[in-house]
Amino acid sequence: MKADPKGVLTGKHYLDGDHACAEGAIASGCRFFAGYPITPSTEVAERISERFPFVGGFFIQMEDELASMAAILGASWTGNKSMTVTSGPGFSLMMENIGLGAMMEVPCVVVNVQRGGPSTGLPTMVGQSDIMQARWGSHGDYEIIAVSPASPQEAFDYTIKAFNLSEKYRVPTLVMMDECVGHMTEKVIIPPAEEIDLESRPITKKPPAEYWPYECNDGSLIPDMVKAGDGYLIHTTGLTHDERGYPIMNAETQNKLVKRLVDKINLNADEIIEIEEDQTEDAEVIVIAYGITSRVTQLSIEKARKKRMKVGFIKLITIWPFPEKRIRELARRVKAFIVPEINMGQIVLEVERCAGGQAKAISVPHAGGWVHDTEDIYKAIEEEFKS
Amino acid sequence: MNKPLVREDHPMESYLRMDRFPHIWCPTCGIGTVVSCLISALEKYEKPLKDVCVVSGIGCTGRVAGYIKLDSFHTTHGRAVPFATGLKLGNPRLKVIVVSGDGDIAGIGGNHLIHAARRNMDIVVICVNNFIYAMTGGQLAPTTPLKANSSTTPYGNYDPPFNLPKLAISSGATYVARWTALHIRRLTNSMSDVLNKSGFSFIEVIAPCSTLYARRNRLGTGLDLMKFYHDNSIIKHGADPDEAEIEFQSKIIVGKFINIDKPTLMDNWNSYYSQLFGERFTKYGEDGAEQTSS
Repeated sequence: MKADPKGVLTGKHYLDGDHACAEGAIASGCRFFAGYPITPSTEVAERISERFPFVGGFFIQMEDELASMAAILGASWTGNKSMTVTSGPGFSLMMENIGLGAMMEVPCVVVNVQRGGPSTGLPTMVGQSDIMQARWGSHGDYEIIAVSPASPQEAFDYTIKAFNLSEKYRVPTLVMMDECVGHMTEKVIIPPAEEIDLESRPITKKPPAEYWPYECNDGSLIPDMVKAGDGYLIHTTGLTHDERGYPIMNAETQNKLVKRLVDKINLNADEIIEIEEDQTEDAEVIVIAYGITSRVTQLSIEKARKKRMKVGFIKLITIWPFPEKRIRELARRVKAFIVPEINMGQIVLEVERCAGGQAKAISVPHAGGWVHDTEDIYKAIEEEFKS
Repeated sequence: MNKPLVREDHPMESYLRMDRFPHIWCPTCGIGTVVSCLISALEKYEKPLKDVCVVSGIGCTGRVAGYIKLDSFHTTHGRAVPFATGLKLGNPRLKVIVVSGDGDIAGIGGNHLIHAARRNMDIVVICVNNFIYAMTGGQLAPTTPLKANSSTTPYGNYDPPFNLPKLAISSGATYVARWTALHIRRLTNSMSDVLNKSGFSFIEVIAPCSTLYARRNRLGTGLDLMKFYHDNSIIKHGADPDEAEIEFQSKIIVGKFINIDKPTLMDNWNSYYSQLFGERFTKYGEDGAEQTSS
C-alpha cells in the first residue's frame, strides 16, 4: 500500500526532528492523535494540530498522558492509525496502557522525545535514559518494538517505519527520539507519496461466525484483526484471555498467551531489526550507539582511524528487539564493544549480555543535559588499543 | 394460548455471551439488573447494534463488557472513558457506552470523567454505584457515605464522598439521571433516552452490594436493600443537584436532573473549522475510520 498523497508534503524542507516526526506520522496515514503537552515533545503535537484539519484527521488534547494512551488504543480499534507523543514523566504515565496495548495487540505509535531524568529532571535538555523503560516499563512480560532516529530526516523515515512495524506485528511501537534530534533543524526530504510504502494490519477475511479475535492462522503468531463496528461483536480484555478473547484465569492460558506475545516479536526479530554497520569488517573494537550519540561518535571514530586504530561502528536503528545475533557473531572476533549513551549505562548491559564474556563491553556514560565530549569516546577507544 | 411457563433459553440470549455464563456477580448484586435494563433499552434501539460498543474499566461492574454480545472492550482501571473517547472519535458512527463502577469512574478515573463531560464527548457513561470497592474486598470508595464501614474505614468513614450527579452536571454533562437498581422501568427509559441522544450522558445507578457493603454495615440482605430503596427513594425530576447528596442510609433523590442539547466536541471541530477554513478544511467523519482498511 502507498501513502495517501493528501498527507504528504513532498519536497525539500528545513525541519526540526519533532516537526519531521509529525510529517512522518501524517505520511503514514495517521489520522488520530491524542496527546498532552510536555517538553521537549510538544512541537510534534503542535504541528499535528496545525496540519490535521486539512488532511481529515482528528486531534485531541487529552487531560493527561494516561488518557492520551487510552484514547489512541480506542481509536486504533476503529481501524485508524493512531499516535501519541510524550517525554519524561509523561512516558511513565503511559506505561499502564502501553501494557494494555501489548495485551490487546493494538497497533499504535508512541513517540518519546527523551530528556534528562529521573522525575522532572532536565525538561529542556537531552537524555537517553528511558531506553530500558521502553523495554520493561509496563508490568508483566511482553516484547515491544522501538526505533531510534538520529536526525530530522530519520525522525520522518523512522516514524513511518514505526507505523509499519506496529501495524504488521500488532504491537505498540516506540519512537525513542531525544531532545537533540527533536530540536535540531536540518534538511528533510519528503518523497512523493507513491514512493512511501505502508503496511496495514492483517484484517480477517472470515465471516463473523467463524472468527475469533485472537486465533492465529497458518502458523502465524499475529492474529487477524477487525474494526469496531464491523459486526464481529468481539470481546477484548487486558485480562489473560484465550483465542476468543475471553478471560481465562489459569496458568495454561497465561503461558500460551504470554509466550505468543513474546514469540511474535522474538521469532521475527531478524525481519524487524535494522542496524547500520561501518568499518566492522576489520574492526578490533566496535562502538555501538544510537540517536544523537551515534552522530557525536563519528568524530571519535574518524580520529581513531586516522591513528590506525581498527575501530568499527554500529548504529542501532531498531533498539528493541536488540540485535543479539549480530553482537554475538562480532563478539567472537572483536576485543571490545564501546557503548556511549546519554544514561548511566543501559544498552551496554544488553551488549554485555550478548557478548557473553567473549568481548568486553565498555560503558561511556553521560548523565544527561548535553551530548558526550567526543574526546571521552576517543579516550575509551584508545584505551582498548593500548591494552 | 399455550405459552410455556418455563423457557429453555434466556430471554436476552441474543444479546449475551452465553458461553461466558455463569457470570461472576454475587446473588442479589445490582449489576445484573443494570445489564438487563441496558439490553431492554437496546432491544428498542432502532439503529444497527453492530455500531454499538460497550467499554468497561476494572471492578465488578468492569466485567459488564465481557457478558454483552456487542463489540466490547474491557480496559484498564479508570481508563474506560478515554478509551471510549478514542473509539468514538475514531469512528463517529459508533454509539459508545461506558459501563463501569463508582471507583473506576469517579475514583481513579475521576479526572477523565470531568474532562469528557467538559468537552461534551459524545459517549454514554453508566456508573453503577455500590458505595464500595467490591472486587477487591470492600474498601472505601469515593462514594462511600460518611460513617459507613468499609475494610479501610473499619471505624466508619470520615472522608466525604462525591455527589455524582452534581459533579457530572457542573462538569458539563448534557444528560444526567440517577436511579436505583429497583427503578427498572425508569432506568431503562433513561437508557433509551441517552441511546437516542448525542452528547455526554451520565446515569448513576445505586445498586446493592450485599456481600460487602450491606454485610459490613449490617444492612441485611440484597432484598432488604431493595426494600430500603423502595421506601427511601424520592423521584424528583429536575432536582437541584445540591439535593442529591447521599448520607448513610439517607433518603435518595433520584430522577432526571438535566437533559439539554449542546454541540459535541466533534460538532465543534467540524463547525469551527468549516467556518474558519471553508473548502480547505476536510470535515472529520466516517472516512476517518477507513484509513487502514483495504
